[in-house]
Amino acid sequence: MKFESNLRRAQGLGSAKSGLHHWVAQRITAVALIPLGIWFVGAFIVLSTSPFEVAYSWLSSLWTATLAIFFVLVLFYHGYLGIQVILEDYIPHEFTKWAFIITIKLFSVLMALLAIVSILKIFLS
Amino acid sequence: MIPSVKEKRPLSPHLQVYKIQITSLLSIMHRGTGIVLYGGSILWVLWFLALAAGPQSYYRMQEFLLNPFGLIILIGWSFSFFYHLCNGIRHLLWDIGFGYDMPMVRFTGWTVIISSFFLTALAWIFGILYERIWL
Repeated sequence: MKFESNLRRAQGLGSAKSGLHHWVAQRITAVALIPLGIWFVGAFIVLSTSPFEVAYSWLSSLWTATLAIFFVLVLFYHGYLGIQVILEDYIPHEFTKWAFIITIKLFSVLMALLAIVSILKIFLS
Repeated sequence: MIPSVKEKRPLSPHLQVYKIQITSLLSIMHRGTGIVLYGGSILWVLWFLALAAGPQSYYRMQEFLLNPFGLIILIGWSFSFFYHLCNGIRHLLWDIGFGYDMPMVRFTGWTVIISSFFLTALAWIFGILYERIWL
């Protein structure tokens, strides 16, 4: 038995007041991924059959390395935002939901860092 | 909420009771391809790692990607990319207020389906030609 009025129970249950940033960030990263994605998928279709030296020298250009790092950052940001929405929609259990969201967030950062360090290693050698 | 009430609470009908329509199918596919693309991004990271580790691991990665199983992954991945790209542009057009009436929704929907198949084919033909001619 709760000694609260209906009004008291309803107060504060409105919007979380933090969704706009997610929405805007998803769109900005989406727009950035249009040219970056086309460029990278095209490059990867060609490079998937290329010898080692060709792929290695491709990433030793300053512009390619910078754009590749930029791409990886935007890609995993966008990917994390999308997976987060799917988890929020389909996992009703609060603890499980947040465990997955935190895991996928940290995992996305880890993946982006692994790719960036690999790109820098190739570029600097 | 009282537990017994919560258990007997009727749930709103979900996917299984509705006939699949182009609008719902494309919406579901947008999420589906999004998940596939996240998986593909992990494969990209592994490819960068293999390239950074040296020729031996790079060629092992290439061997994996270019066997029939790997090619199915690559083609499915590139199709997912072009689908998500086209339908994503459709979403961005909605965001700026374009294309809300039903004939236009169906038209852009079919445009997305046709162009994602077309772009996937084009990308692979271009990729194979590029390899034959310049490399």
